[in-house]
Amino acid sequence: MGEINTKFVEHEYDYVKPASLDEALDILAEKKEKAKIYAGGTDLLVHLKMGKGGDMEVMLDINGIDELFGVTKSEDSVRIGGAEKIWVLETNPVINELYPALAKAMSLMASVSVRNMASIAGNFCNASPVADTVGPCMCYCGKVELKSKERGVRYVDATEFFVGPGRTVIEPDEILTAIILPIPKENTGDSFTKISRVRPDIAKISLTCVVTRDGDKVDTCRIAMGTVAPTPKYFDEISEALNGKKMTKELIADTADALEAAIKPRKKSRSSTPEYKKAMTHLMAIENLEAAWKASGGELA
Amino acid sequence: MSMHEITLIVNGKPQKLTVKSNELLLNVLRDKLFLTGAKYGCGIAECSACTVLKGDRSIMSCLVPAVAADGWEITTPEGLVVDGELNAVQEELVNKGAIQCGFCTPGMAMTGTACVRENPDADEAFVRDYMRGNYCRCTGYQAIVEAILAACEDAKNGKRV
Repeated sequence: MGEINTKFVEHEYDYVKPASLDEALDILAEKKEKAKIYAGGTDLLVHLKMGKGGDMEVMLDINGIDELFGVTKSEDSVRIGGAEKIWVLETNPVINELYPALAKAMSLMASVSVRNMASIAGNFCNASPVADTVGPCMCYCGKVELKSKERGVRYVDATEFFVGPGRTVIEPDEILTAIILPIPKENTGDSFTKISRVRPDIAKISLTCVVTRDGDKVDTCRIAMGTVAPTPKYFDEISEALNGKKMTKELIADTADALEAAIKPRKKSRSSTPEYKKAMTHLMAIENLEAAWKASGGELA
Repeated sequence: MSMHEITLIVNGKPQKLTVKSNELLLNVLRDKLFLTGAKYGCGIAECSACTVLKGDRSIMSCLVPAVAADGWEITTPEGLVVDGELNAVQEELVNKGAIQCGFCTPGMAMTGTACVRENPDADEAFVRDYMRGNYCRCTGYQAIVEAILAACEDAKNGKRV
């Protein structure tokens, strides 16, 4: 392998910028994995510079397709255009009102310039185990909308979207057109925290918690974490074990114990040891469960 | 590889250019338009030395294909200077001694300008958070933060940012 020079892109390819989704899907149907989608470029261009362009022949710029942008609220859900920029979303009033953990996760990503460029679909499709937007979308029961020329539209639960590091269920002829989040029930609270080496760094570890309260009991609870598995991970059994139970400090401590025991971090991962990640998981679980419960209007005995 | 006719509006002036599909905005600005204010630092959006403005928002020109910037309004560090006068952020960077080797300074001026334009009422915490992606290996940041805070005051007193 030659020396990496990040000043230029040496990989050669054609560039196209279709004005409609149909046109873009036609190109993908023909070129399949030889076309790579350019939304914000903050991952794609880095991959190209690092010599990881593979057999890419076409850069498909989707920034000319209006329907991939914007935040639209309907009766039962909110639709987030896939190509929409992170900074637009983190400052969007609907997202801040209904999904504050998602807004917080986005505002803590990278640097302002990266967030001005990067898209939410890119954060999903790059499929890093770290991906900060994913945990909140999983906990809010989000769905990923995928479109292709051959098969039309399909919806995949955010929890089912990831297959492995850098790998998702998305087919080479599909575009991630939107993230769909159901509108949370009343008395729902959320919390997100992450730990990184310095502020603009990607997370060493992140945790999201969304709780819906029924009086002094948990109606539903969802917990997801980043960087503790090969993909962002939703903890279905541990989360759902809380459903219907009275919320207490003991229940929170038991849940933190269960999460700490459940995670299986790699031995060498971003310079954090498994011991560190387990200790942090315990603390972050308590912190976020308490915060989400309080945000839902609940009190802790 | 495809070739493209594009128009960039750089520092208020339309510039017609022919670019290859894999050419980067930073290299076009520096090598074709001879605007060498924006710097090549890391090349992978980690240091912010290459920062320019698209409208009033900061972006990293080292990761933008020039062809994708067709039609964009770009401001480079040179564009912050009007009739030979520095803008408030540039001037305060000088006043506060916020420059040592100077390599990060153009990027600091660009992100700092975006910061002041977005929130002239910024406090120190806001400025430090906003500037968190701009790396400086000399100054220790204190003077840079002070300069941007001073530029916020200047902006409120009517000075150009």
